[in-house]
Amino acid sequence: MASLSQKDLLSIEQLSVDDIGLVLDTAEALREVSARAVKKVPALRGKTVINLFFEPSTRTRSSFELAEKRLSADILNFSASSSSVTKGETLLDTARNLEAMAPDIIVIRHASAGAPHLLGTECRSSVVNAGDGMHEHPTQALLDALTVRSMKGRLEGLKLAIIGDISHSRVARSDTLLFHKMGAEVWVCGPPTLIPADFHLLGARVTGFMEEAIEGADVVMMLRLQNERQNEAFIPSTREYFNLYGLSRERMRGARKNAIVMHPGPMNRGVEIESEVADADYSVILDQVANGVATRMAVLYLLSGNSGLKPGRESR
Amino acid sequence: MRKIKGKSLMTAAEIDLVLTRMAAEIVEKLGPEEAFAVIGIRRRGVPLARRLCRRIEAAVKRPVPLGILDITLYRDDLTAIGNRPMLRETLIDFDIDNRSLVLVDDVLYTGRTIRSALDGLVDLGRPRRVQLAVLVDRGHRELPIQADYVGKTVQTEEDETVEVRLEEEDGEERVVLLGKTQPAAGTRKARGAKSPGRGGGA
Repeated sequence: MASLSQKDLLSIEQLSVDDIGLVLDTAEALREVSARAVKKVPALRGKTVINLFFEPSTRTRSSFELAEKRLSADILNFSASSSSVTKGETLLDTARNLEAMAPDIIVIRHASAGAPHLLGTECRSSVVNAGDGMHEHPTQALLDALTVRSMKGRLEGLKLAIIGDISHSRVARSDTLLFHKMGAEVWVCGPPTLIPADFHLLGARVTGFMEEAIEGADVVMMLRLQNERQNEAFIPSTREYFNLYGLSRERMRGARKNAIVMHPGPMNRGVEIESEVADADYSVILDQVANGVATRMAVLYLLSGNSGLKPGRESR
Repeated sequence: MRKIKGKSLMTAAEIDLVLTRMAAEIVEKLGPEEAFAVIGIRRRGVPLARRLCRRIEAAVKRPVPLGILDITLYRDDLTAIGNRPMLRETLIDFDIDNRSLVLVDDVLYTGRTIRSALDGLVDLGRPRRVQLAVLVDRGHRELPIQADYVGKTVQTEEDETVEVRLEEEDGEERVVLLGKTQPAAGTRKARGAKSPGRGGGA
């Protein structure tokens, strides 16, 4: 028997090493489903999943939706623009209203850190965090780990370099926590204005020099320069940014032989990553997308037995 | 290794003998067919399928594809149980369309595992026919399912457990009958309720 130690998937922080291993093993087994002619299994038949997206999202949302459909769940979609949030309803009231529809799982993305946690405390349903503010994006980190484990056969002892806008990135936080937990050496690198002062507390080595981060790395993970979040306050120009922190073929030479390049998307070609690198055979960016569906299927499958547990359980 | 007490149903030599006989029966029925394959149901159906396959290949003198089926996603009690059963990969790397398949499991009990397996196979294609081979048939069916090839038929009580112990999985080779008071094998919890894939098969 296998189950997560939690009712909800709110963060990597709350997961144990065993939990993470279980999600990855389950995801590996589920990858086969997406390779079939009939890409559907009945594991979540009769379960209702609500996708509650308060922030715009294309790929995470489609990935969740596909995962839910491939497990035969019934789906209900709410997005910020069309929901009552715009009419002034509080998150708590939204949660209670959703709860009254008796869903089994709620997938939520919200601009405020901690919103999924609040929902998890209020609802009997299992809650999956699909990204909350600048806090965490646990399923992204899990799919990254699955991608790395499939390519490298392990996580322990690898050197992972995460490069870019660390401050605004929930992916960087979740990935750092996860890979550190699993015994990898995590380096983060970016402009000093875009690295939180206490980031080393999550278990990462911090540097402002890309060469140092990439040297001997097994995995180079590039983050998107979040133009919409920064209005020129943090970097002088995107051209300068590319010169100092962009991933070029030249820079990749510093990495270990057989190193892989990752990007959670959407990419800004020519800003954080050179086109040739993004399309190179050592780039596993599209594997990440494929693994995303399997990982989310695994999370939904593992949580689908948990709903009905008491809400408000301490999340660790 | 954990000691299991209980009434011995089959020894290693008997298991070996019975598999050879079953392989011969399968060859007799399906041997003339161009396309057939053997599919083991996880977990203990897999080593049994592998052994059968080896014997069949030796007899028909051509390779016979071997697949592995995990029925977890197709279980009929997924909604009822809290903890999720561990998923493992289904590995069938050949086309099952228009092929005769021999499903292999260790113990035939309620028939629910086989029902799940049939559902799983149908999602993968449309086999020409599906036959069933089991090492032990212990009775107490809850669905109208029967085996085409049976190693040994055993009379049991519902609250007893039939344990097939195989070298590949358990480090020993025998079949035992456990009484109602004894726990089932390995890390698996003793269960009164019958469910597929557990406590001595279904």
